[in-house]
Amino acid sequence: MDLFLQLTFAGLAIGSIYSCVALAVVMIYQATDHFNFAQGEMAMFSTFIAWTMLGLGLPIWVAFFLAVAISFVAGVLIERIVVRPVENAPVLNQIIVFIGLLVIFNSVAGWIWEYTIKPFPSLFPKSFGFETTLISAHNIGVIGLTLIVLAMVFAFFRFTRVGLAMRAAAANPDSARLVGISVGWMLALGWGLAAAIGAVGGVLVAPIVYLEPNMMSGVLLYGFAGALLGGVSSPGGAVLGGLVVGVLENWVGQYVPGGAELKLTFALVLIVGVLMFKPAGLFGRIVVKRV
Amino acid sequence: MALLEVKGLKAYYRQTEALHGIDFSLDEGSITTILGANGAGKTTTLRAICRMIRTEGEIRFDGQDITGLSTERVVSRGIAHVPEGRGTFVRQSVIENLQLGAYTRRNKAEIAADIERVYGYFPRLRERHAQQAGTLSGGEQQMLAIGRALMLRPKLMLLDEPSFGLAPLIVQEIYGIMARIRDAEGTSMLLVEQNANIALNLADHAYLLETGAVVMSGESAIIRDDENVRRSYLGY
Ligand SMILES: Nc1ncnc2c1ncn2[C@@H]1O[C@H](COP(=O)(O)OP(=O)(O)O)[C@@H](O)[C@H]1O
Ligand SMILES: [Mg+2]
Repeated sequence: MDLFLQLTFAGLAIGSIYSCVALAVVMIYQATDHFNFAQGEMAMFSTFIAWTMLGLGLPIWVAFFLAVAISFVAGVLIERIVVRPVENAPVLNQIIVFIGLLVIFNSVAGWIWEYTIKPFPSLFPKSFGFETTLISAHNIGVIGLTLIVLAMVFAFFRFTRVGLAMRAAAANPDSARLVGISVGWMLALGWGLAAAIGAVGGVLVAPIVYLEPNMMSGVLLYGFAGALLGGVSSPGGAVLGGLVVGVLENWVGQYVPGGAELKLTFALVLIVGVLMFKPAGLFGRIVVKRV
Repeated sequence: MALLEVKGLKAYYRQTEALHGIDFSLDEGSITTILGANGAGKTTTLRAICRMIRTEGEIRFDGQDITGLSTERVVSRGIAHVPEGRGTFVRQSVIENLQLGAYTRRNKAEIAADIERVYGYFPRLRERHAQQAGTLSGGEQQMLAIGRALMLRPKLMLLDEPSFGLAPLIVQEIYGIMARIRDAEGTSMLLVEQNANIALNLADHAYLLETGAVVMSGESAIIRDDENVRRSYLGY
């Protein structure tokens, strides 16, 4: 029973990181109808920025907040400079741009910081003041922090003027312009937010998977699986999907014979399965519309 | 001075010229209607004013040339466009649609008061304020679109066939409210319609548009009563 609970809690922790990635991916998907394949590499790059600042002697929380802020600005700039010029280009060109971004971030990171794996410290103390064998202090912190971040993101979209404008611009750009919303800037803001959320995920996952340029490839795949499972039209669903995938991954790894070796295969099976049997995902909404 | 003055306006969809150099103007506080059959270029004219398509020619609003502005800049100058198809934000609630209409404004108290004012014109929107806007009936969505435009506190409202696809009784209701809005707020309106009869009853001035060119203009009352015009252009 203890093992089961340990697996489940660890799954929730890694799953909440998948949720961050899934949410970042879904935010951009809703606005552009494209998956940003570079989301994971951007998060990896953000984590290296935090690591560099740690090396300069900054406290870890300062490094964390700075890396998130820098990622936000970088996300905005990437949209303005790289993505915007291909906004109206054919789908294939856009996908190539996203994949190009992925390769560039990966190789630039490898060039600057090399491909050797590096330990990355946890944001959290060794103990929260109580003893348990069921969940590590880092994982408690991961779950707590991602919950706070995700709640803030949802409150932003739900309750603020700009959040509402971003939803409107994503859903109906023509009408959004006609109420005075600058759709282009909303898109850029969305990229910034997605990059910032991804950076949170990167810094949280680095102590678990170690820091290296390829550290996000598995996380991104699971994040995609979570997003698809929850439904790419539903940010809340994507977050739940990420959690479910994290827990399932751990269960499969332990209880399915050969599961440990097949973990990534499991993500692919899940992705293909969802696409085949429930393309809208578990929580994807069919828009209610009367003509 | 005219609030809106358009001279030699041409508009293009890719290489195709859809407006062939039209002139018209609209006085502050007045309602002007542009009438024409399907495909005449009415929607294109409104899109041109809002800078949604490529144009040549002059568009002056409030004395200033607006052809160099983006759509959202034109809107923040005080032009509210009630578009063809109503432009509802279908997944947002009714009240969120109204809040979006006030996006360019910041004063929360004034916005809240204006939402109440819109509910005053359209009580049905108050009843349905929390409902997803995509679930409203066509008439209610048209009311919401006009309400959303009012939330800008516009100097000029562009209305694209507000009667389209609605039952005659609903059309009567909506036009009645547009008249009340004109009287109470003094909002100028540029109204585009195929339904010439009802538009001429509301408007002060009328232009007849045929395949991208103005073929006639004048006082609504005169156009309405002109036997020849009616037969050749309005078909009733
Ligand atoms: N998106 C478009 N692409 C190409 N041609 C268009 C487009 N929209 C309208 N047109 C053409 O422009 C002309 C005017 O159309 P429109 O302004 O929509 O007419 P109306 O609103 O008076 O019915 C028509 O010939 C129409 O076929
Ligand atoms: Mg039209």
